Amino acid sequence: MIARIRRHALDVYALLALGYLFLPIAIVIAFSFNNPLGRFNYTWAGFTLKNWAHPLAYPGLGSAIWVSLEIAFLSALVATVLGTLIALALVRYRFRGSGTTNLLIFVPMTTPEIVLGASLLTLFLNWKIPQGFGTILIAHIMFNISYVVVTVRARLVGFDRHLEEAAMDLGANELVTFVRVTLPLIAPGILAAGLLAFALSVDDFVITYFNAGTVTTFPLFVWGAARVAVPPQINVVGTAIFLVAVGGMFANVIWQNRRAKRLAAA
Amino acid sequence: MHRFRSKAFAPYALLTPGTAWLVLFFLVPMVYLGKMSLETGLFPLFSFDWAWSNFSDAISAYSTQFVRSLEYAAFATAIALLISYPLAYWIAFRGGRWKNLFLLLVIAPFFVTYLIRTLAWQTILSDGGVVVTILKDVHILGADGRLLATSAAVVAGITYNFLPFMVLPLYVSLEQVDHRLIEAAGDLYANRVVSFLRVTLPLSLPGVFAGVLLTFIPAMGDFINAQLLGTPRQYMIGNVIQSQFLSLRNYPTAAALSFMLMGAILVLVLIFARALGTDRLTAGAAR
Repeated sequence: MIARIRRHALDVYALLALGYLFLPIAIVIAFSFNNPLGRFNYTWAGFTLKNWAHPLAYPGLGSAIWVSLEIAFLSALVATVLGTLIALALVRYRFRGSGTTNLLIFVPMTTPEIVLGASLLTLFLNWKIPQGFGTILIAHIMFNISYVVVTVRARLVGFDRHLEEAAMDLGANELVTFVRVTLPLIAPGILAAGLLAFALSVDDFVITYFNAGTVTTFPLFVWGAARVAVPPQINVVGTAIFLVAVGGMFANVIWQNRRAKRLAAA
Repeated sequence: MHRFRSKAFAPYALLTPGTAWLVLFFLVPMVYLGKMSLETGLFPLFSFDWAWSNFSDAISAYSTQFVRSLEYAAFATAIALLISYPLAYWIAFRGGRWKNLFLLLVIAPFFVTYLIRTLAWQTILSDGGVVVTILKDVHILGADGRLLATSAAVVAGITYNFLPFMVLPLYVSLEQVDHRLIEAAGDLYANRVVSFLRVTLPLSLPGVFAGVLLTFIPAMGDFINAQLLGTPRQYMIGNVIQSQFLSLRNYPTAAALSFMLMGAILVLVLIFARALGTDRLTAGAAR
């Protein structure tokens, strides 16, 4: 009896925790349909669909989103390539300096963002590099590399090397083996790393804030708006990003499941 | 022979582009930050002259914000652990085949941009909001009491914003706990509480360690929650660094504060590691 109560207590606790996680999101989604009276979108004033009609028509919002997407795509691409190569080296080879490399991957992840942003700002000031799109991109690639390495490495560690040996025994050279055997097998890990990098880049505020110059990304736009007036269009975009991300994650889960089934059947 | 040589160089060829990027845009900037912290002068003319007094001046001027950051980060981390451990435990042990779905549910809210999430908390905690009204009705909050612009609001915001960093490592370590060990404890007449305290909890400590670090570090350096949910009376060291760098352009002080923030975090991490036991940590890292 007591065990049963405790069992349900834990269920209730977990559901409450999940509810707590989703409360602000419910607010964001609800207020994207709000028809605010003043400039601030804080109190409920009536239902409307007009914010959803032309969200990107709000001055500056469309271009900010476009900049964010460009930077996210480019930084995810470069960081995924660079990070995957590092992960391959760390998992596949024993070499002098691997400990130092591990440290170099690990330390940026444990450094507060504000310090990363500030130190890059100092570098660009010293080298007299004007801040803008390029410096944001450099910064985003930098913080994304570590996350890619960690994600891809997790996939590589559980890799069955016999498959590669089999390909080599069948006469494939190293390059063919890599492209035809290794790459397809670690592709889900690389894709996951790329998506993670993309998400981290789209969401980054602090490091970008220090290194953006006059360029405005979506988080910087929100920050600027929070000081003057938060338009409901921001909630619309926030909701849209949320739906796309969650949809993508569901698709990924389904894809992985199907893949697992197909591999099991083959 | 040729093949042997190419094998020996292969890891370095793979490593070089990525590590070069990290050296150039992580390590080198740190060196410049260090140099900047020892400079004197006014924007835009600074000169390097080993001004160690920057550090002592900064700490005496901003010790309040430093201590406050520590307190807020410690509170937020502790609350996040209390919320996350049972949740992670529930997903790992009761999730069944829905485990991945629940994990997805945990991560999903964090795909709404950080700043928008924090603005949503502004709405929830606002003076005319539902939460404040209810708390006033049950007399927990006085008639003119408020939640927004208080320390509680800032701590709540930090707790919420870094929650997945706590839940995920906890889940990973709890998921790996061998259920046979718990059964064995039961067979040896340990009740549920004892077997949790003596088996499950110790085995999940690497996850606790990782979660606490991953929450505490960003919490300590945060300035967004204090800015959006607090007032200057709740400002943390991150707010000071931000305004010294970007508004006042007092780069040397800002750089010195950044280094002290890193140093403080490093010291706390080492103390924490010592307290939890290094053996367990290396065991956790080896997984």
